[in-house]
Amino acid sequence: MNTEDTTNGKLSDLGIKVDYPTPNQIMFRSMARHKGFLVGSAVLVIVVLMAVLAPVLAPHDPYEQNLSMRMIPTVWQENGSWEHPLGTDNMGRDYLSRIIYGSRVSLMIGFLVMIIAASIGTTLGLLAGYFGGRVDMVVSFLITVRLALPAVLVAVAVVALIGGSTKVVIMVLGFLIWDRFAVVIRASTQQIRPMEYVAAAKAAGCSTRRILIGEVMPNLMNNLIVVMTLEVARAILLEAALSFLGMGVQPPTPSWGLMISEAKEFMLFDPHLITIPGIALFVLLLGMNLLGDGIRDVTAPEGRS
Amino acid sequence: MKKVLEIEGLFVDLQLPAGTLQAVQNVSFSVNQGETLSLVGESGCGKSLTALAVMNLLPPSGRFRAEKMEFMGESLLGVNEAGMAKVRGDKMAMIFQEPMTSLNPCYTIGNQLEEAYLQHRNVPESEARERAIYLLEKVGITAAASRLSQYPHQLSGGLRQRVMIAMGLMCGPALIIADEPTTALDVTIQAQILALLHALQKEFNMGLILITHDLGVVARMADRVAVMYCGQVVETGLAAEIFNNPKHPYTRGLMDCIPVPGKVEPGQKLGSIPGIVPTPIGNLHGCLFRNRCRYFRSKCAAENIPLIELGPGRAVRCISEQINS
Amino acid sequence: MIIYIVKRMGLALAVAVAVSMVSFMLIRMSGDPAIALAGENASSEEIEHVRAQYGFDRPLVVQYLDWGMKAARGDLGESPYFHLPVKQILGDRIGVTLTLGACALVFALVVSIPMGVLAAIRPNTWWDRTALGISVVGQAMPSFWFGLILIIIFAVHFRLLPVSGSDSWKHYILPTITLGYYATPAFMRLLRSGMMEVLASDYIRTARAKGLRWPKVLFKHALRNAVIPVVSLAAVQLGFMLGGSIVVESVFALHGIGYLAWESIGRSDLPVVQAIVLLLSMIYVFLTFLSDILNAALDPRIRMM
Repeated sequence: MNTEDTTNGKLSDLGIKVDYPTPNQIMFRSMARHKGFLVGSAVLVIVVLMAVLAPVLAPHDPYEQNLSMRMIPTVWQENGSWEHPLGTDNMGRDYLSRIIYGSRVSLMIGFLVMIIAASIGTTLGLLAGYFGGRVDMVVSFLITVRLALPAVLVAVAVVALIGGSTKVVIMVLGFLIWDRFAVVIRASTQQIRPMEYVAAAKAAGCSTRRILIGEVMPNLMNNLIVVMTLEVARAILLEAALSFLGMGVQPPTPSWGLMISEAKEFMLFDPHLITIPGIALFVLLLGMNLLGDGIRDVTAPEGRS
Repeated sequence: MKKVLEIEGLFVDLQLPAGTLQAVQNVSFSVNQGETLSLVGESGCGKSLTALAVMNLLPPSGRFRAEKMEFMGESLLGVNEAGMAKVRGDKMAMIFQEPMTSLNPCYTIGNQLEEAYLQHRNVPESEARERAIYLLEKVGITAAASRLSQYPHQLSGGLRQRVMIAMGLMCGPALIIADEPTTALDVTIQAQILALLHALQKEFNMGLILITHDLGVVARMADRVAVMYCGQVVETGLAAEIFNNPKHPYTRGLMDCIPVPGKVEPGQKLGSIPGIVPTPIGNLHGCLFRNRCRYFRSKCAAENIPLIELGPGRAVRCISEQINS
Repeated sequence: MIIYIVKRMGLALAVAVAVSMVSFMLIRMSGDPAIALAGENASSEEIEHVRAQYGFDRPLVVQYLDWGMKAARGDLGESPYFHLPVKQILGDRIGVTLTLGACALVFALVVSIPMGVLAAIRPNTWWDRTALGISVVGQAMPSFWFGLILIIIFAVHFRLLPVSGSDSWKHYILPTITLGYYATPAFMRLLRSGMMEVLASDYIRTARAKGLRWPKVLFKHALRNAVIPVVSLAAVQLGFMLGGSIVVESVFALHGIGYLAWESIGRSDLPVVQAIVLLLSMIYVFLTFLSDILNAALDPRIRMM
């Protein structure tokens, strides 16, 4: 309108630039400035590339045993060679290749566990937050019961009883770690439910399903993505712990947790067999956590402060 | 009359991500003993920050500087945190807008009343307790002694604001700064609290700085008024002068917004000020009100407008002949 | 106050019953317990014998009620491996785990409270970044790997501390640090954000306007409020740490119930595993109940309900 134009014109007379960035521009700008977000994304991209290009990148077959080439030191140690940059393990398998292939195990398990956990937790949280009352009581109770159960111990016990395999590990962890999804989604749904646009959709005669999927879910997405990222990290950590305890991924699959476990007996003289897969695991987890926190910061409405 | 507080050339800057917000620019005023000065303006005009600067309680992003800031004849400029702590709560007290959140939920009313007295006066706890009971009775709280062991959440908003006033009075201050003391309260409670403040101020002969956006409150309480707009004082004078003969277009605009019984016909539209308040970031020049002013002429944008003296204690920041004739 | 406690207690009891059902079902649903107990190579007669002996042939509900009633009276059955009452075995081992949990909690609080508070009162300084770094690293550090690294550094390389076992107080140092560091990031984040929120609150401004000295404002008015949520977190974290003791105890061969659980899983000692899951869950339920009571004691708004 006319009055608005003159107002703006006079605002710039005062030396104030009226050049408001769009929400997307603000988000991209804060992404580019957020160090944690950048580092986290970089780590994730590198590890994903590593997993996808494993056959190209790995110098050797990760399963190929060569008993005459056992326990070769790394290239920076004495007697190391570029043939095996990170040396070999006690079965003569190339450590670098196993690390590269290990990223596949971690990422796949982390992602699939997260998908299962997200489906369970988001559904429960959405129902509890939207319907409240009895539904909320039941879901809250389920969350409390789930938190009371010691996750690692239960996972280890169940995997041991059913028999360890990658599939079992994924299922068990997926059914165990939905709690954070439920907690966060429940809380965010409770915030969204009293909003005008939900009331408007209701008044327009939308079905509950339509409101949940069309109105509530889109507004949960930011929070959901943050939790998804953090839960992939948690799933990877739990898989590694399970494999370390011998109740996760089974040998000879190259899992970083399993590699640490196998290297335990050589701790005295070849500690690098422990440190290398540990660093890989640590960097991936660090990256995922930084990415999750970063997404939370840059998508927060007030920006970061 | 003795001057309690005298301020000249006060500036407050807030460091924001978007730049430096010049929240208060060159503000000067003084308060005498037993007198009420009202700082009036819309929210965000810098009136609260002015008060916080006097107390040296600005938020971490805020910095202030002034040519002169004298309290009871002594300069507050350059006084360190420990020195300010001695003044605060003793001779200078502040009452805040939000009685619901201004009391610590973890401690009893008695504890919070007494601690200021114990801090500033080297007295036994029993004496602080007696003082607290005396003042709770003064601010009209019944069963004062039993209130001491209650927690803030057990009191209503009106009662909490009475407690806040009693807390401000504990050490017998010479100056009370009340920052929107009734804004968060019900209308009926507002009147009671204002009457109470007024009575106490006269009884103890204190200076009172009353910060408000509510001209009704100003009319009831103020001896003198300073109208603030966008970080600047745009008009000062005795309350009666400001109400009977507002000079600045902004003050006039504010006056037109109040319905006056008898003067405004039923169904008649109340006045409003078009446009929005500019954000004082960057290089400010000219009159800051000009984008909303109906007397705007090119001269208003060209130069910085000084406060023009109209008489003793009466000044306006406007160069329009229509205003000053 | 009494109504509040009764309500909380009711909830705790309900959760306890639910948890006992889950820990009973977990073991039952994960396979045929008779086969697991009799061993892989047992003949079908032997399996049937075990089935009858342990009452696995009865309806599941009857089995649960029988087991649950006994468990409530403290009778957790007998370990087929040790041929001893489970109660006695757990009694011998629980002390180690509780000691470790308590030490780790104290360690985590001693590190995180001062650092979180300093980070909050000096945001964006060197202190704040150090605290942030410690918590980001701690979040991404797999505790089993961190434990092994500590062993490599302090026990193998410098020979300052014992590698494993639970004979003296020295054996607890590295496990305490490992387990405690796992809980530190959560405390530090909560204290920092809580403290910053409190310091920006109106009542802190009131306290300063009263002329109180900075230490009094900080310790009496700010910390007191910021610490309330930390108490709840401490209870939850202690529960998680005890649950996570299976990992740390097996790294350090510390003979607590976590290590016992791991060993028992390996030798299919199901009554012991089941009892440990139940016990750790019950401890968690008790701790959350305790934290509710402590919260009420600390926060007059809850106490006066």
